[in-house]
Amino acid sequence: MSDPVNSIAEWLRMIMAGWGLSDTLITVILAVLGVVVLATIVLVVDILLVWIERKMVARFQDRLGPNRVGPFGIIQPIADVIKLLIKEDIMPQGADKFIFNLAPILALATVLLLWAVVPFAPTIIGADINVAVLYVVAIGSIGTLGIIMAGWASNNKYALLGAFRTVAMMIAYEVPMIIALLVPVLLARSMGMQSIVEAQSPWYIFVVPLAALILFVSSIAELGRTPFDISEAESEIVAGFHIEYTGMKFGLFYAGELLHALTVSALIATLFLGGWRGPFVDQVPILGPVYLFIKAFLVYYLIMWIRYSFPRVRIDQMLGFNWKFLTPLALFLLIVVAILDKAMVEFEPLWYVVVMLAANLLIVWGTILILRRYARIERIRIAKERPVARALETDMNEFVGQE
Amino acid sequence: MCFAPDGFEALMLDDWIFIGIFLLLAPVFPAAALLIPRLIAPRKPNPLKSETYECGIETFGETRVQFKAQYYIFALVFLIFDIEVVFLYPWAVAFDQLPMFAVLEGVLFILILVAGLLYTWRKGVLEWV
Repeated sequence: MSDPVNSIAEWLRMIMAGWGLSDTLITVILAVLGVVVLATIVLVVDILLVWIERKMVARFQDRLGPNRVGPFGIIQPIADVIKLLIKEDIMPQGADKFIFNLAPILALATVLLLWAVVPFAPTIIGADINVAVLYVVAIGSIGTLGIIMAGWASNNKYALLGAFRTVAMMIAYEVPMIIALLVPVLLARSMGMQSIVEAQSPWYIFVVPLAALILFVSSIAELGRTPFDISEAESEIVAGFHIEYTGMKFGLFYAGELLHALTVSALIATLFLGGWRGPFVDQVPILGPVYLFIKAFLVYYLIMWIRYSFPRVRIDQMLGFNWKFLTPLALFLLIVVAILDKAMVEFEPLWYVVVMLAANLLIVWGTILILRRYARIERIRIAKERPVARALETDMNEFVGQE
Repeated sequence: MCFAPDGFEALMLDDWIFIGIFLLLAPVFPAAALLIPRLIAPRKPNPLKSETYECGIETFGETRVQFKAQYYIFALVFLIFDIEVVFLYPWAVAFDQLPMFAVLEGVLFILILVAGLLYTWRKGVLEWV
């Protein structure tokens, strides 16, 4: 059965063919239309996200949140946008003007670009390219470039420090992220988003939950959200890389950050939660986007929940956690999944899933044992008397003795 | 959106046209959002206003200072991992055609990566000092 989006596209194609336009030109015009529609929808959802985020954080902190402008304060983000639009745009002294202006544009544009490969329904997808996962990784890295550009061009020490930290963190967490992305690619034998979604019976979160968890944690780090928000640690470097940005330029960074969180949620939903899959989606394709957004917002809610519940980690802890824990774990998981998958070619699908799930849980159990052991050693190390404290004490004794 | 009705190859090309147009148009949306304030927002710059922000006192010295060598080393480690892991993607896509031997070879490749990680670990590169 045809879905409304493709029906409209076919109808437009026929009308334009009637005007005598060439096939290539029609394709290009339809692609431009598709891009504009997709980007507009995504940006409108982005404006809504501001409201959702503010309302949710208020609830987490036992407040009411915006509730004056419109029903439940839902018009609030539009008022915010108008406010940002009429704010004066301040160019700091000694800033590199071109790069300073380019950075916020890159920050939002790269996130928008990621939506090109998110499948909404069996037939509704921006571009079903066969290297979609690599495309996501590649485009995602350009966002990092926007941040280092912002930090460097601002001519501000806080901004530069924030940018350095962010880049160190983002490139570090990209390693476990890419390895975790490899697992669904390996299971589906494809890098295309549609084929990965279609291959998911059952959803991959029930087959390789550990890969989903690793992807989730490293994605939170990629987003620079608490507990990995050292890039904008208020108590240390004020606002980090976007400290000198005012008005709409700051707004673009903010919008980009929120949208990035939703985009990552949508990608996790696509790769591990079955994307648009759900009851009756084959009969009514328009249900696909509904299922996708429900799943994406569930993941988004989890990210918010973590953001408002956890304290920040130090930069050495954060890099240590990545290189000494997450990366080896992801590599180990990949080895196990690869060997098991090949060894179970002849198995029934049910047994395949059961063995895979059991292997995942076994790895989780082993990891927890190792972590517990490490925590015990660490507790003993910290409980030891430290030289600084002892030196102070002896000084005090001498001082008292002299009295 | 993939609209091509005929043939797989036409379909793929259409998808890349979509990506290409998206690449061109994606910066236009935020750029437009930056142009509107240029028209309606006030512009009254003065030296005091555009001064670098820093806790109330004037900033001194170079801003673009030399950064810690540690960042550089982390970037190097990342580069090695990133490139090697990207080589694993074709291996994962072609998994059906691979015999057990080729799978184990891939595992060996990952183990070499792990050995590199252990080496940097033992060398103390991963410590943030």
